[in-house]
Amino acid sequence: MDFAGAYQFDNLRFLFSGFLVTLEVAFLSIVFSFLIGTLIGVLRYMRIPVVSKLMMIVVETIRNLPLLLIIFFVYFALPEVKIKLAVTPAAILALTIFESALIAEIVRSGLNSIERGQIEAARSSGLTALQTLWHIILPQALKRMIPPLVSQFISLIKDTSLAVIIALPELMHNGQIIYNSNITYVIPILLLVALTYFVLNYLLSLLALRLEKRLAT
Amino acid sequence: MPDFSILVNHIGEFLSGFFTTLEVSLLALAGSFLVGVVLAVMRIAPFKPLNGISYVIVEFVRNIPFLLQVFFFYFGLSAIGIQLSAFVSGTLGLTVYTGAFIAEAIRAGIQSVSRGQMEAGRASGLSYSQTMRHIILPQAIKLVIPPIGNQFLNLVKNSSVLAVISGMDLMYQGDLISAKTYVVFDVYIFVALFYLVITIPVSLFVNSLEKRLAKSY
Repeated sequence: MDFAGAYQFDNLRFLFSGFLVTLEVAFLSIVFSFLIGTLIGVLRYMRIPVVSKLMMIVVETIRNLPLLLIIFFVYFALPEVKIKLAVTPAAILALTIFESALIAEIVRSGLNSIERGQIEAARSSGLTALQTLWHIILPQALKRMIPPLVSQFISLIKDTSLAVIIALPELMHNGQIIYNSNITYVIPILLLVALTYFVLNYLLSLLALRLEKRLAT
Repeated sequence: MPDFSILVNHIGEFLSGFFTTLEVSLLALAGSFLVGVVLAVMRIAPFKPLNGISYVIVEFVRNIPFLLQVFFFYFGLSAIGIQLSAFVSGTLGLTVYTGAFIAEAIRAGIQSVSRGQMEAGRASGLSYSQTMRHIILPQAIKLVIPPIGNQFLNLVKNSSVLAVISGMDLMYQGDLISAKTYVVFDVYIFVALFYLVITIPVSLFVNSLEKRLAKSY
């Protein structure tokens, strides 16, 4: 194990550039999957005939499949139907598809956890169904959804590492390139990469805990 | 409409991958349950150093990507002369990773049984471990089964990572078949169906358990 060699400046810089790609892909996927997931979650919650059922089938199918399969599918199978994406958009699309399904479930159960009396009170005071959702249900549900949402985002950050299989130049991928050049670098690099993910995700989970405590009061 | 002749011609490979995935998942489920129980017991044991050790292990494992842990067992250990097969590395990786999540589920379940129960048990003359076994655990187990079911679901999906280290699992066999036949789209659809054969029943089972549990309060 050659820690000094593994941690030479060029390697660290290369890892850092990978870390930036990880952050970029994770951030964009979080934004997209939050928007799409919320939309789907609300559609399922509203029990619109056909639409809600259809959403249920889509969500259940996607969340019961491995993300790796979805990444492979987006990158290798879609070109067969003439949809060819570069590595970064493919990774973002695959992550967004997968995480949206999981976030939709979080949103739906968050909405469902609001007592029916709230809806009845709002409706009988003259609000429309959409107004009730927007002003009464969503703000309360959002509070309850924050802890599971943050842990889902942490999962997403970890999941970006799966994009190594399509050679997205993120943290894990760049780490692999470095240690493939020298076997004595394998453990030092894996350790450093693990620590990087750990620090980022652990800080996020602490943040979630603080948010949760503040909102609970 | 997918080309079913591919499924028929390669059914042996699909099934062999399917059973490898099933085997890895069941082995890792048993292993991770054990790891989870041990870590959870360490975490709540009335002995501070053990609590700390368990906390550090669980938080570290949960916050780094699963892929990285598999790489550690497969490439990292082999770099220091311990050569594990892809099957063993994958199963070990799944066991440790899922074990950390199961530990959290068990801890949360135990701690959600009200403190008064422990105090009442102790006050009526039972020892700590007797109170645990006869009073706390029977109540906690109900709360713990659904999250463990969800972890098993994640475990099955995560087992696809074996494909990255040529683990002979369903995903890997799918890749081989698509490389042989030059058909990607349809092959991945079949791979997806095989995964759903495992995950959908588990997911339905977990959902119905959750509903039953919600009613029993």
